[in-house]
Amino acid sequence: MKIRQISVFLENRPGRLSALCRTLADAGVNLSTLTLAETGEFGLLRLMTADPDKAKQVIEQAGYAATATEVVALQVPDRPGGLASVLRVLETHNISVEYMYAFAMRAGGDAVMVFRFDDMDRALAALQAAGVNVFTPVDLFGA
Amino acid sequence: MIRNLWNDLDGTFFPESALDYMPADRLREVQLQRLKAATALAYDRVPLFRERMDARGAKPGDVHRLEDVCLLPFSIKNDLRDKYPYGLFAVPMSEVVRLHASSGTTGKPIVVGYTAEDMEVWKQVIMRTLYAAGYSRGDVVQNMFGYGLFTGGLGLHSGIEGIGATVIPISGGNSERQVMVMKDFGVTAVCSTPSYFIHLIEVAAKLGIDFKRDLKVKRGVFGAEPWTDRMRQYIETASGIKAYDIYGLSEIIGPGVASECTCQSGLHVFEDHFLMEIVDPATLEPVPDGSEGELVITTLSKQAMPVIRYRTRDITAIEPRPCACGRNLRRIRRISRRSDDMFIIRGVNVYPSQIETALLRTEASLPHYQIVLTRKSGLDRMEVRVEVTGEMLSDRLSEMEGLQRRFARSIEQITSLHTDVTLVQPGTIPRSEGKARRVLDNRNEPV
Ligand SMILES: [Zn+2]
Repeated sequence: MKIRQISVFLENRPGRLSALCRTLADAGVNLSTLTLAETGEFGLLRLMTADPDKAKQVIEQAGYAATATEVVALQVPDRPGGLASVLRVLETHNISVEYMYAFAMRAGGDAVMVFRFDDMDRALAALQAAGVNVFTPVDLFGA
Repeated sequence: MIRNLWNDLDGTFFPESALDYMPADRLREVQLQRLKAATALAYDRVPLFRERMDARGAKPGDVHRLEDVCLLPFSIKNDLRDKYPYGLFAVPMSEVVRLHASSGTTGKPIVVGYTAEDMEVWKQVIMRTLYAAGYSRGDVVQNMFGYGLFTGGLGLHSGIEGIGATVIPISGGNSERQVMVMKDFGVTAVCSTPSYFIHLIEVAAKLGIDFKRDLKVKRGVFGAEPWTDRMRQYIETASGIKAYDIYGLSEIIGPGVASECTCQSGLHVFEDHFLMEIVDPATLEPVPDGSEGELVITTLSKQAMPVIRYRTRDITAIEPRPCACGRNLRRIRRISRRSDDMFIIRGVNVYPSQIETALLRTEASLPHYQIVLTRKSGLDRMEVRVEVTGEMLSDRLSEMEGLQRRFARSIEQITSLHTDVTLVQPGTIPRSEGKARRVLDNRNEPV
């Protein structure tokens, strides 16, 4: 099951990130996970929350450029080679990972990793066939 | 000829528009008669003009033919600044019923004045502008030009009332409210800067309003900044309206100097009130019809502040062929750029419009941008800052870097100059009167 992630464009200047976080906090948006990918000049802030549409609206109204994309959250066994076993499934199906990052919370003893693939639908099918646990929004954010 | 006295769209009689169809020889007679009067008025009442005439040994009586306008001295924007506020007025203040001013981005503002008669002429040319674009009584017109000292808002206002349409004097700003008003008030026509209207199309989409399905807007007149055919195409396809170009400048009268008819092939100049010349901006010699040059305007009927041979800095060309609409007013091509916007970097002449063309090769609508010129160890550097919009944004860094490279490459293709493209957050480029300041030249700033 795919989950909506919001990406926000940020210039690399001091205070930009905290200003955005304050905006979200003031609007009562609770962030479940937050990660920043940067070049030297700018960054893309990727965030997940229970209500992505509201988050996007709040962010855009505050004057930021934002876009919504779909990602998947997978259960990755917390043991040596755990991540490698997941990646191998994708490799055999010739699917590449655009980016990935760790979700802030863990599931039981295992890690939760967020993935963006070049072909999301094929990736999902392959992962589910291989028995990898794909989280739903309810799993991550509660009902 | 009689047929032409009727409006081209629905056969309604518009007496004001009859002047648009005045036979060419009669029009030249009117122009000559008025040019003589304007020259005499300026010579009698405006000391600066008299000094310049005397310096070149010219007298108002030397004007015998329209071509003799070249005997008269040019005037420039700086004259209005030097004689701030009323130094170029030709009537006592008791005759002046209206003042407008332009906010000076550099130095002092300029002030312009109108007599009651000038106000009437202004209203008439705006009415002709609106009729030519198919506006009429029954239209509900949302006027988004700024009201106040800027000539745009109030200038169009009087003409909209003049044709008997309903005017909504909303002025600029507060985009969501603009869209709400457009929908709730059943607006059928708009007046705006093109870039602001493009912004509203995006705002409407964000609010879930479909321009074509939910709104009744059919036409708009757009001006106060240079724009491109590509922008017109975008406006017309995205909003389903017809977009017409209008031209004017405060120093001459405000909006109402020239406007497009429904043929959309250049702007008819209201030649009975404004005498136009196109000159080479470097030599100031006239160029032949069809060739590009700087537009120079002489006001033919203005009383409060006659302006002789004003260098507009706008680059255009006279369209030599007659227009299919039958108007006898000659046309100028869409103003593509301004001669004073041009900057020279590493020996290459660059116009902001070239940067716009380059950005539009990559994006469907023109993003807000700013050109920043700096100098480091004697070497000029051009940076183009582009505001990222939601439409441009990707969640992948590689795509954003690709966008940056595509911008830089198309700028390089057009200007043959290497550019650093910087992506910046929305709203970070300063705006003035709805227009961003396009070029920031920091080359002489201490680093
Ligand atoms: Zn025409």
